[in-house]
Amino acid sequence: MNTWSWDYVGEIMPQLLHGLWITVQATIYGSLVSFALGLVWALALRSGNRWVTWPVSVVVEFIRNTPLLVQLFFLFFVLPSWGVTFGPLTTGVIGLGLHYSTYTAEVYRAGIDAVPAGQWEAATALSLPRRRTWTAVILPQAFRRVVPALGNYVIAMFKDTPMLSAITVTDMLFEANSIGATTFDYMEPITIVGVLFVVISYPTSLLLRVLERRLVR
Amino acid sequence: MTGPLWQLFFEGVWVTVQLMIYSALLAGTVAFGIGMARTSRHKPVRFLAGVYVEFFRGTSALVLMFWLFFALPLLGWQLAGMWAGTLALGLSYGAYGSEVVRGAIQSVAPAQREAAIALSFSPWQRMRKVILPQAVPEMMPPFNNLLIELLKGTALASLLSIGELTFQAKLARLSTGESAQVYGIILVMYFVIAFVVTRVMRLLERRAKASIGQKPEKAGWFSRKLPVEELETQIAAAGGNR
Repeated sequence: MNTWSWDYVGEIMPQLLHGLWITVQATIYGSLVSFALGLVWALALRSGNRWVTWPVSVVVEFIRNTPLLVQLFFLFFVLPSWGVTFGPLTTGVIGLGLHYSTYTAEVYRAGIDAVPAGQWEAATALSLPRRRTWTAVILPQAFRRVVPALGNYVIAMFKDTPMLSAITVTDMLFEANSIGATTFDYMEPITIVGVLFVVISYPTSLLLRVLERRLVR
Repeated sequence: MTGPLWQLFFEGVWVTVQLMIYSALLAGTVAFGIGMARTSRHKPVRFLAGVYVEFFRGTSALVLMFWLFFALPLLGWQLAGMWAGTLALGLSYGAYGSEVVRGAIQSVAPAQREAAIALSFSPWQRMRKVILPQAVPEMMPPFNNLLIELLKGTALASLLSIGELTFQAKLARLSTGESAQVYGIILVMYFVIAFVVTRVMRLLERRAKASIGQKPEKAGWFSRKLPVEELETQIAAAGGNR
């Protein structure tokens, strides 16, 4: 029978917080990758060229409907055999970013579709070149609207980072497991990790709701 | 890839499908229980259901799975891997599902509820005969999404050494060293399962909507509708350009 020991918690906390730092890094970099790649997918899917949209939509659907964990293993074991070698954290960031880009693409699509037709017409009336229309008129208006939805996917990504422990990234879960494996007492480390996730993601989602009301009035 | 390896994969597919079905049943039960509790008249019931949702939505499914498998035995309950996996997936995705149930129940026109009250239906009858039949068809597309997310989540159970598809792939990789082939094949297998699930859910949606005289939502041949409807409604509410 196990009893909760605060002394033990005190001992392991620094190591878990070190893992948290890795977790946060993975989330931040992964989010940036997913924001950029998602925009690429979204613009490719709107290009109207069948030779572009078809392959991209197949790739996006394939990534979106298969497990992130398997994709991580694929990147981790297969990239080196193709002569591309990254560290585990970089591989994890690529995996997270790639997987979530298929979701952010959908968010951008909705955001772009929501820009009123009059804006397009006005850009045409001013005979703005296509590129300027996108960069100066459409995207800035789309971005403001998609911030809350993107934020929700950042939180979702944060909660998926423990999968990186399976490809030897020393995140929170990895640290908790290695502590448990040496002390044979998993109760405190894993409980703390689980609670830390709630403690971070719940307030963040509340903040997002406030932001949403601010941005979308 | 030789015969025995394919056999390994198909055994894995079978376990993955089992894990998905068990977890989906648990998640469905939790989703309806908690979702209806969140629309309850009693404040404490609503509050407790809310705490459940925020906790299980806020934590990581994988951490929960590890907790059930490694920490719970220290309190005296030893769970088999399959059950730790099923419980973790069912409790997590049930929390997401409860939001879907709550949203669908709240989207039923208030007049329907009032009419049921006017006919002096009991709250239970009101739910079963008036509200749910109209709410359930609304739930189908988001449930489809959750079911695919759940299918993707079953891969996590491989980390508890349950012999589902991802774990079998690991065995195949260790014995052949052909990582690209092995992981390529199982990614395709997952995609095929997801495709089948989506087709079945579309069929259920069509039938559920037909039963109350509605048309199903439009969607592509292999794509599922992502939960950006919320985003679209937010954006519509924003109106015009600001």
